[in-house]
Amino acid sequence: MSNFRLCPDTGLFFDKNAESLMKVHAVAAVVSLLVAGLLALGVALTRWPAVHLLPADQFYMFLTAHGIDALLFWIIFFEIAILYFAGSTLLRVRLAAPKWAWLGFALMLIGAVTTNVAIFQGNSSVMMTSYVPMQAAPHFYLGLILFAVGALIGCFVFFGTLVIAKTENTYEGSVPLVTFGAITAAIIAVFTIASGAIILVPTFLWSIGYISHIDPEMYRIIWWAMGHSSQQINVAAHVSVWYLVAGLTLGARPMSEKVSRFAFLLYIFFLQLASAHHILVDPGVSAEWKIFNTSYAMYLAVLASMIHGLTVPGAMEVAQREKGYTHGLFEWLRKAPWGNPAFSSTFISLVIFGFIGGITGVVMGTEQINLIIHNTIYVPAHFHATVAVGTTLTFMGLAFFLIPVLFRRQMILPTLAKWQPFLFGGSMTVLILFMMGAGTLGVSRRHWDMDFAGAALSFEYSGMAYTLMGIAGIGAVVAVISGGAFLLITVGSLLFGKKLEPSAGILQSFLGVPLSADTYNAKPEILPMAAPVEEHGSAGFEAPGTFVLAMVLLVSFIVYYFINWKYLASVWPLS
Amino acid sequence: MADPSNTPDDEKERIPAMQSLLDNHFLLLFIGVAMPAVFYIIWGIMEVVTVPIAQ
Repeated sequence: MSNFRLCPDTGLFFDKNAESLMKVHAVAAVVSLLVAGLLALGVALTRWPAVHLLPADQFYMFLTAHGIDALLFWIIFFEIAILYFAGSTLLRVRLAAPKWAWLGFALMLIGAVTTNVAIFQGNSSVMMTSYVPMQAAPHFYLGLILFAVGALIGCFVFFGTLVIAKTENTYEGSVPLVTFGAITAAIIAVFTIASGAIILVPTFLWSIGYISHIDPEMYRIIWWAMGHSSQQINVAAHVSVWYLVAGLTLGARPMSEKVSRFAFLLYIFFLQLASAHHILVDPGVSAEWKIFNTSYAMYLAVLASMIHGLTVPGAMEVAQREKGYTHGLFEWLRKAPWGNPAFSSTFISLVIFGFIGGITGVVMGTEQINLIIHNTIYVPAHFHATVAVGTTLTFMGLAFFLIPVLFRRQMILPTLAKWQPFLFGGSMTVLILFMMGAGTLGVSRRHWDMDFAGAALSFEYSGMAYTLMGIAGIGAVVAVISGGAFLLITVGSLLFGKKLEPSAGILQSFLGVPLSADTYNAKPEILPMAAPVEEHGSAGFEAPGTFVLAMVLLVSFIVYYFINWKYLASVWPLS
Repeated sequence: MADPSNTPDDEKERIPAMQSLLDNHFLLLFIGVAMPAVFYIIWGIMEVVTVPIAQ
């Protein structure tokens, strides 16, 4: 008896076990995003100087939970779902060790709940970074460890699935590019989780009194091997989703498989070394270590992102031009399916990730100009560009796509869904740009009161800094509302959307119960090797519009980079 | 220039070294863990442990 279901809309084959696991991971991810979004509102309304909503203790509690729920739980739950999709569905193979996969999910769920409980009990407001010697409750660390172990099991289930696909010859040639990107994400995840274990297990033992002391600098170095690399999983995962969505919405194929795979290879080699930019102002490590890991190795990872930033829209442009949208430089872009939220999410996230996240990342990774903005609110501006828009908006777009395909429900409120990516991307851009401005004026990150009221050492920011933080607050509130719109559409669709398959009930949506047995009657054929895109790369200029956009990015980067060097000279006068 | 001792089938089957690397997912896993472990973690820790302890 077959274990596969054929999606009538996309032609994708879903293994019964993989399908159930994808659903529960996606639902857990969306619940984490809901919690993170509510907490974001509290954080934003406190940092908005005119509102200053929460008292200090609650602000730090909210900020700790917001960081962990948004940066770890929402993202990694969704990424495990992507791994199962890229492994099982794209390779048309059964999932390896489904019982282990369920165990991994259970550990992740228990871990996420445990850590949240620890935070909301009030004694673990140590921020996501939980720098020693600040100490959280033991179950704060224990929850993170359980979550990490569960995620690691998910990664190895994915690798096991690759082995089965290879052994059973379910595909010809190499794995598809999207699966290769997922492999990149899984490799980074293994390093991330191993680093987390190296530092969080002793920190847990320290919290219960078995270890007397943890060196703060040692902690910072190893913690950031987990903390920043966890965000590099996102990069590899969301770039993979960009390629996937380009294919699904436009029929685009990579301009060059070789070039795109080489870019992923650069991620595998170098992306994780960027963790060092968090340590750039720390004593105890040498300039050689800092400069090698950030200003040399990291640039090779940046090169990879620039390659993807060229090849993804380039592939879209080539696909559109093949459909006849050849007038001028940008007809292909004007006539793209902007009403499809999967496409608009992807393209908006691509632009904001490249133009703001990428450029600010390079600025922050340069040891000298990092000094201007280190530990200011510029830093959250950067990672809201990379994670909140780059990753989260991409995943939101994929979630819209998955509602009918995976959950077999029709999406409700399609007009709202059409506008949601623009609302979220636009408001996040306002938040990001104005936080960048405030950070450049020195406004601290993770600070409850920029007035320093009652502080022994006070400081007075300029009026402009207050204005910028106020406008950033408005952007944040609109972003939370648009995030709420996403949740309304996705959760509402699972509850009230028209069933595209009669057995697609609430239990099937939220608990991962399989659809009716007769649905699983498909027998997948071997996935054929993709035909080479022979004409691409051999006939010159096939994506001129993308080339112009890339040049605009390059010029923006150069101008902004050198403005920061000029600014460094003015904030640190030597005369 | 192709090796004349090879048959056309051998030519067809030959897989470029880069593709072999990209298709060897467990070798990539090893490299992806070893690179940052050596250049970031081990090198970084060695620097921290060689900092003199304050008297």
